Amino acid sequence: MTKTVRICDVTKDYGSVKAVRGASFELGEGELVALIGHNGAGKTTLMKLMLGLIRPSSGSIEVLGDNPAAGEFAGRRQLGYLPENVSFEAALTARETQAFYARLKREPVAKALDLLDAVGLGSASRRRIGTYSKGMRQRLGLAQALIGRPRVLLLDEPTTGLDPELRQTFYDVIARLASEGATVLLSSHALTELEERAGRVIIMNRGVKVADGSIEELRRLARLPTRIRLKVSGLAPHEMPAWAPADAICRRLNGHFVEIDAAPERKIELLHRATALGNSVEDVDVIPPTLDELYAHFLRQSEQPS
Amino acid sequence: MNVLMIAAKEIHQAIRNRWVLAATLLLAGLALSLTFLGSAPTGNVGVRTLDVVIVSLSSLTIFLVPLIALLISHDAIVGEMERGTMLLLLSYPVARWQVLLGKFLGHLSVLAFATCLGYGLAVGALAATGGQIDTDSLLAFVAMIGSSVLLGAAFVAIGYLISALVRDRGTAAGICIGLWLLLVLIYDMALLGVLALDQGRNISAAALNAMLLSNPTDAYRLINLTGFANVSTFAGMAGLAQSTSLTVPVLLIALLCWTLVPLGLAALAFSRREL
Repeated sequence: MTKTVRICDVTKDYGSVKAVRGASFELGEGELVALIGHNGAGKTTLMKLMLGLIRPSSGSIEVLGDNPAAGEFAGRRQLGYLPENVSFEAALTARETQAFYARLKREPVAKALDLLDAVGLGSASRRRIGTYSKGMRQRLGLAQALIGRPRVLLLDEPTTGLDPELRQTFYDVIARLASEGATVLLSSHALTELEERAGRVIIMNRGVKVADGSIEELRRLARLPTRIRLKVSGLAPHEMPAWAPADAICRRLNGHFVEIDAAPERKIELLHRATALGNSVEDVDVIPPTLDELYAHFLRQSEQPS
Repeated sequence: MNVLMIAAKEIHQAIRNRWVLAATLLLAGLALSLTFLGSAPTGNVGVRTLDVVIVSLSSLTIFLVPLIALLISHDAIVGEMERGTMLLLLSYPVARWQVLLGKFLGHLSVLAFATCLGYGLAVGALAATGGQIDTDSLLAFVAMIGSSVLLGAAFVAIGYLISALVRDRGTAAGICIGLWLLLVLIYDMALLGVLALDQGRNISAAALNAMLLSNPTDAYRLINLTGFANVSTFAGMAGLAQSTSLTVPVLLIALLCWTLVPLGLAALAFSRREL
């Protein structure tokens, strides 16, 4: 797999504030990577570093063969960026703006204008951007990021302000681009949305990378319990079934459910136990730790002095 | 290529924002009123009307063109950063100096258009109402328009430098207003005061020349009020024109430096800026 982005031991401080501390990772072609972390964790700073908008205090960065800190920008023709809170010149229309950006990237203007329809701007694209709502500006932001065939896409909170339908279209588009070999790095707060889509997750906390891997890898590392939720009939509201394991945490939910926190390796065993012997189990749900929980786990872990 | 695209976008925006219209109307309106009202004291008989117009228009230019130039330019970098549009633009394959140069060409075109059209209207109106215009005067007028654009270029560049250095738009606007007052009003008054007090004892001609060259508006004033013999008679500057050793080429070079040096420094400051 060819690497498109290399971040090597990068630190960026603004005065006494360290926005990013010793971060290293590489992104390869075809990867769809979610960059998550709370506000101020360094997500936006990392993207700006990759674009050369700011220079690292130490460490090195390479994006599509360029060193952005030295002002090299040849590779940016194949790079799409959507900033958080994207803004445009209010006096121009979406079509004029899109055409301008397409020319800067030396891409055919007509194809770039088609993207405006693809993001659903339609006839509004002939109106001045000053009249747009936040969602419409976000659509235009996406359209400009997709100009050409970007090999690297940096998307900072891309889905804020988008309605659910467009969100779906958006994820379809970036999934297709990733399958065609583009590197997609997207930061978001909507962790549930990313869970099914991101092939890899990078978690940042206070400028430090605290976890990096596929969701399965993170689950394995975190060793968070899988919740097994069973619908059981014929039990008193607070009674625990006889087969409930003594060494795992069990609780009752709203009178009908029994929930067991199962360590990863005991999952199957507990399921066997619960469904054996003609127990009065009517339904089973197995809920692996969500990205939300993984995220919280890695944050807690990084906060503890080890 | 990139430079021209950015220049074209700036011009497009200036037209859309009605900057072009406002600047042209302002300059044309004032030029026309000066042309017709300004000739009242001298009358129209036997006086070279266009030369009088040049004197009054170049005095108008000294106030107005720097003001318009600073108004357009003070916002160019810091304003785009505050609005967030610079962030996106710089993620495209353009160098920062290309952005700056493109903006400069765009803004200068707007200013040049407004000046040529506004002042051209004044001449046209003068010719239409039967004022006598000879080649010498016309040449001096064209030179006046050219140097006005150059003066505008100097102040656009100065505005960029301020815009590239400060943290927010308000500061940029404040500094620009202060600088305008200083260079356009206070400097000459102070210079006159110093000269009057000194009575020619300590300040040599060379020192005076240096002081005149270190203000772009003075360089502009000298080009137009002393550069052409006929005009300088009306401007009451004939005396100064004979005594100063500053020739028109020297003054032009001074104005050019006033453009290129701030522009270069602005490019340097912008390239080091983080956003």
